[in-house]
Amino acid sequence: MTTTPRWRALTRHHLFWPVAVLVVLLLVNVPFTPDFFSIKMTDGHLYGSLVSIVLFGSPLILVAVGMTLVIATGGIDLSVGAVVAITGALTCSYISDQADQDALSGVLLAMGIGLAAAVVCGLWNGFLVARMGIQPIIATLIIMVAGRGVAQLITDGQIITVNSEPYKLIGGGYWLTLPFSIFVVAAVVAVTVALTRRTALGLLVESVGGNAEASRLVGIRSRRIKIMVYVFCALCAGIAGLMISSNTSAADGNNAGLWIELDAILAVVIGGTSLLGGRFSIGGTVVGALVIQTLTTTIYTIGVPTQTNLVFKAAVVIIVCLMQSPKFRAKVFGGGRFGGKGGAQQAPTPADTAPTSEAVRKMEVS
Amino acid sequence: MLSRRNFLTAAVGVAAAGGLAACAKEDEGSSGSDSSSGGGKKITLGFAQVGSESGWRTANTKSVKEAAKEAGYNLKFSDAQQKQENQISAIRSYIAQKVNVIAFSPVVVTGWDAVLKEAKTAKIPVILTDRSIETSDDSLYVSFIGSDFIDEGRRAAKMLEKVLEKAGHKGAVKIAQLEGTTGAAPAIERAKGFKEIMDAEHKDDWKVVVSQTGDFTRAGGKQVMAAFLQSNPDINVLYAHNDDMALGAIQSIEAAGKKPGKDILIVSVDGVKDGFVAMSEGKINGIVECNPLLGPQLMDLVKKVNDGETVERRIKTKEGDFLQEQAKEALPTRKY
Repeated sequence: MTTTPRWRALTRHHLFWPVAVLVVLLLVNVPFTPDFFSIKMTDGHLYGSLVSIVLFGSPLILVAVGMTLVIATGGIDLSVGAVVAITGALTCSYISDQADQDALSGVLLAMGIGLAAAVVCGLWNGFLVARMGIQPIIATLIIMVAGRGVAQLITDGQIITVNSEPYKLIGGGYWLTLPFSIFVVAAVVAVTVALTRRTALGLLVESVGGNAEASRLVGIRSRRIKIMVYVFCALCAGIAGLMISSNTSAADGNNAGLWIELDAILAVVIGGTSLLGGRFSIGGTVVGALVIQTLTTTIYTIGVPTQTNLVFKAAVVIIVCLMQSPKFRAKVFGGGRFGGKGGAQQAPTPADTAPTSEAVRKMEVS
Repeated sequence: MLSRRNFLTAAVGVAAAGGLAACAKEDEGSSGSDSSSGGGKKITLGFAQVGSESGWRTANTKSVKEAAKEAGYNLKFSDAQQKQENQISAIRSYIAQKVNVIAFSPVVVTGWDAVLKEAKTAKIPVILTDRSIETSDDSLYVSFIGSDFIDEGRRAAKMLEKVLEKAGHKGAVKIAQLEGTTGAAPAIERAKGFKEIMDAEHKDDWKVVVSQTGDFTRAGGKQVMAAFLQSNPDINVLYAHNDDMALGAIQSIEAAGKKPGKDILIVSVDGVKDGFVAMSEGKINGIVECNPLLGPQLMDLVKKVNDGETVERRIKTKEGDFLQEQAKEALPTRKY
């Protein structure tokens, strides 16, 4: 390994490993899809693999950003998938009842209703966690399980199809040749970063995550902060729900956002946020979500047999998580201050080093 | 601060809410107002449904309920919410209530022997609907009524022949396959049936170039198809294991600037209403029906079984194959 100070500073950066993994995953696609990086104009909008990844990854980015703040307070929100389903179901069923589905006012009202329901879910989670003192994993499990039932109740167990051009925009439409959802995601991420890093809010969130009781004693209203992050998380999930249902122009109470909570937690972890709370990285989460979406796309393009999809995904995730761990890196590559005596001599197995050496090479190139 | 009382209150609340939700799923059926006063002549049917996981299943439930009402049976209906233990307890309760016939759509294929032996001891005939079971003792059920998924795969391949002929297609047929949920019987068997015909009759000219699961959902179909179109831009046929995945894929095909139904010929299975809408717009070329409306056929069977007549072990649901010409006229009759 090179040991120039600049290189070391680069590898120490908290975004280095997630970005490296993302780059490697993208490059893996090239032999299978020769024009993977090409982007061309089709029907007045940009079209290509990269555009698809961002388009399909948008809901996950949103959910994961909300999840990051919840995890930063030491909590977890399992209910986001159900909130996605409820929001999509309410919005689509309202739109489908309209005489003129293309009317902008009706669509906006429908989206308002959907998002309001999401906020109510968030308030409920926040209330249980902050006021009732219930463990977050249990408190949010309630809506995770019951919420999907609620969504099916709203859709009557059917898939509701809508034919509304304005509604199609948010998750499936294009604006200035780019998918509109990119702009929504960019706006939400920008607002979140501004609020948490340009004001004291981020510090307060981290402080609550570090030690809620101590924070309260120094005068931080930790309960209010907690309720706020759950509401924010649910709101993000709600917007993601609008996107997912808009993307297919249909609300599927049973499958919309199914298991997205797990992907979101994974994205947060890949992004370098500690599950114990107390510190977070929004940028890392966005990269983490893109890693997961790229991985999904990679599985489809390189022709992994269906039966081994999950094994492949698991193997990549394990490698990514291990690469993230300073202790593991020290043990495998030796020389680090975490490395034990025996560990430093262990020969690295090809499986461990293959992705890294490639990552290193590519980072040098770029 | 975690106060014990608050925690307990909340816990009880949650438990109560869960209990209520479970109770709400028990549905006596609209016709079962006075079953005992019917002088024992009215047939009582206990039906244990899988759940309400899809539009297809909802249509299936509705068909059973309506057909039972029409036939004048007393229907006891339960929804197992995709859990085998719920279904077993529902069947036990039907045995305890001494219904005349039990019908159910098994959640999974194995693990039914014990409860079905109880039914046999109580001399209550059992009919399987829609899905089959694996058992060492064939006498545990009298008949299985439902679709044949392998046959659906074969029919899809036969339909593709017609579609290709109609489109005047020449040259290699490069097929993208959207599979159902990995491990689910319909996904495995629809792929198997299709491959059977393909290998037997079109070994040289047909080829499945990509195949991946879309989990039977629209979002899945859309995402997978988007990736397929990038990695294999020369795909010219799509075979989807259900309409929903085909509907999602159509959106991806359009986003890629191609015409679904023309540039890429589409054959799918199921026959839900939205699928027929897409077919009438020319975006799907052929649909192999998998009919959930087996209520009337089931009620006939129940009557025969109750009268002690011998019935066939395997009864196929009445199903049709639809090409674009038939889509428009069939559309108004679609109930689901």
